[in-house]
Amino acid sequence: MDNAMWAFGRVSGFASLALITVSVLLGILTRSGRPPPGIPRFSITLIHRNISLLATVFLFLHVGSLMLDSYAKLTVTDVVVPFLGAFKPFWQGLGTVAFDLVLALMVTGLLRQRIGQRTFRAVHWFSYAMWPIALAHAIGNGTNGTSKWFLVMAAGAGAAVGAGVAWRLSTNFLETAKARAGALR
Amino acid sequence: MSQILHIDWTKCDGRGLCTELLPTVLGRDDWGYPLAKYARGGDRTNVEIGPRDAQAARDAVSLCPKLALSLAPQ
Amino acid sequence: MTPQRAASVFAVQVWDGAASNQLFAAGTNATFDVHEQTFGPLSLETIGADFISVLEQSGLTGRGGAAFASWRKLAATDKGRGGALLGAKPVVIANGAEGEPLSFKDKTLLTHAPHLVIDGLLIAGRAVSASLLYIYTTPAAMASVQAAVAGRRDARKIKVTEAPETFISGEASAVVNSIVNGIALPLDKRRRLSESGVKGRPTLVLNVETLAHVALIARHGVGWFRSVGSERDPGTRLISVSGHCAAQVLEVEGDASLASILGRAGVDRSDVGAILVGGYHGQWVRPLDCTLSPSGAGGQVIRPGAGVLHVLSTGDCGLEATARILSYLAGESAKQCGPCMFGLPAMARVLNEIAYGAPDPSLVGELQRLGNLVGGRGACHHPDGALRLVASALETFSDDVQAHLSGSCTRTLRRIA
Repeated sequence: MDNAMWAFGRVSGFASLALITVSVLLGILTRSGRPPPGIPRFSITLIHRNISLLATVFLFLHVGSLMLDSYAKLTVTDVVVPFLGAFKPFWQGLGTVAFDLVLALMVTGLLRQRIGQRTFRAVHWFSYAMWPIALAHAIGNGTNGTSKWFLVMAAGAGAAVGAGVAWRLSTNFLETAKARAGALR
Repeated sequence: MSQILHIDWTKCDGRGLCTELLPTVLGRDDWGYPLAKYARGGDRTNVEIGPRDAQAARDAVSLCPKLALSLAPQ
Repeated sequence: MTPQRAASVFAVQVWDGAASNQLFAAGTNATFDVHEQTFGPLSLETIGADFISVLEQSGLTGRGGAAFASWRKLAATDKGRGGALLGAKPVVIANGAEGEPLSFKDKTLLTHAPHLVIDGLLIAGRAVSASLLYIYTTPAAMASVQAAVAGRRDARKIKVTEAPETFISGEASAVVNSIVNGIALPLDKRRRLSESGVKGRPTLVLNVETLAHVALIARHGVGWFRSVGSERDPGTRLISVSGHCAAQVLEVEGDASLASILGRAGVDRSDVGAILVGGYHGQWVRPLDCTLSPSGAGGQVIRPGAGVLHVLSTGDCGLEATARILSYLAGESAKQCGPCMFGLPAMARVLNEIAYGAPDPSLVGELQRLGNLVGGRGACHHPDGALRLVASALETFSDDVQAHLSGSCTRTLRRIA
């Protein structure tokens, strides 16, 4: 049973990180206003939302299974307050920070209509901090974190998100950028 | 019963989600902003939504990335 | 015609005809004593909610541009108050912002007759049971307004705030936004200001000239007010006259004919190419056989807007003047609403090409197409006002448009590129 919890904790953590990476990329794509061929814009927004929720589910499974695991023995404090853990406190603390940020992102995402765009957006910007922190936690804390295959995948994910951010900062990022620049010429 | 979809132009950024969800009601102008196809009384800020489009309009309100849309009974 | 502020123009020419010297009867820079001697004391205690029906009988309309029936605004604010005890106390704002570059009658009024505006504000405040009163003034009249308010015991609760000198700072929701948040930009209007404005309270925004008329109606009564002007446009109105003539403020009777106003302003009719009526959101008029009134059949009646007459000389090209104004209006967009932010500069570019560029017959159609994208799609009426100006220019100067599209300008006798 213990082994199962441990294995499940690792797999769910990996799945959560993979989904978060996809979600960040979809978030950037939906911000651009450009639909990928064959998929309407609102679908991208819905997929972004649903993948994020799925990533959160896996994150809860990741944290929950490691709380039940007799080897990891995560405490409630470890889950909420960073850098107090018994094993690799710094790397585990990064995981706690990312988890807290995900909670904030999820709550503000679900309550967007209530809290208003300004608060939502201020919190949502933290996605860009949450993703590298979560990745660093995986590398520093994960049993396979420094395995070659994982590092290759992490580098690939980093390159994809980096390219996404670079695209977002480019002047042609918005779908309507050209028409609008023309109007203000 | 028809409803009124109000566009808050100060928030709208013309991302185009609403125009996909309500293709018979809204088009897009040169710069991407929603353009009412049939403006009742010339009002292109408060757009009439028929019963057939009610669900799509609710989706547009909830999915608008800028929270620029609101629905109210006529 | 270059857009510039006429802040230094304070030449009040008082026409000494019939009853058309009402608002400035106390002379220039009127002190409170002179004001009271001229108009008589104000008995505020007698003013209550029933004053709204007095205003209804008077037929007074707003002098800020929209010419909405003033009593309706008061009645809506009174209604917005809800229950007498539990309802939020309304706010009344005297709107003295004058961002329109061709208008200076409000600055002139606030400078020379501030006490009449203060009277009107106190009266309107009592009629709707307001607890907060503001005067929102253009910087040019700030000193005079502050001095007038400070010199009156009954004006102590009036707060004076400054309006920035932008074109749209006087739009009603921009006025409220400026007072609450210090940002003079229009707001989205899902609720009327008469229901929810300053701090969520019912809010009444009235032009300062409108309030000055209120002050006189409260003193002299409906019959006196209606004895000047016409049935459909009773009372007097202030007109800022500028352009190819001496800049001046005139007080004219309602429904006055354009020709008679120009005559009083000393304008030689043979020198007039066209008149811009109502300012940068107004319309161009060529034949002068019409009257200025907010209502009445089109053709013979021109809406006065905020009371602006700008004279274009026969040697100036109306198309070029309109292109310059449209460029200015595009620059004055608050850049909050996309269709205005991108549409007005696009329209200005096309109109400037018609006026100054190489002849291209497709430009007029493109201008109309863009106009159709801009209309009715904003939080305020800035784009609609700009459209009205362009539409009237294309109509009034249709022969000039044809000339420009065939490569010459008949006014400036110039070949175009």
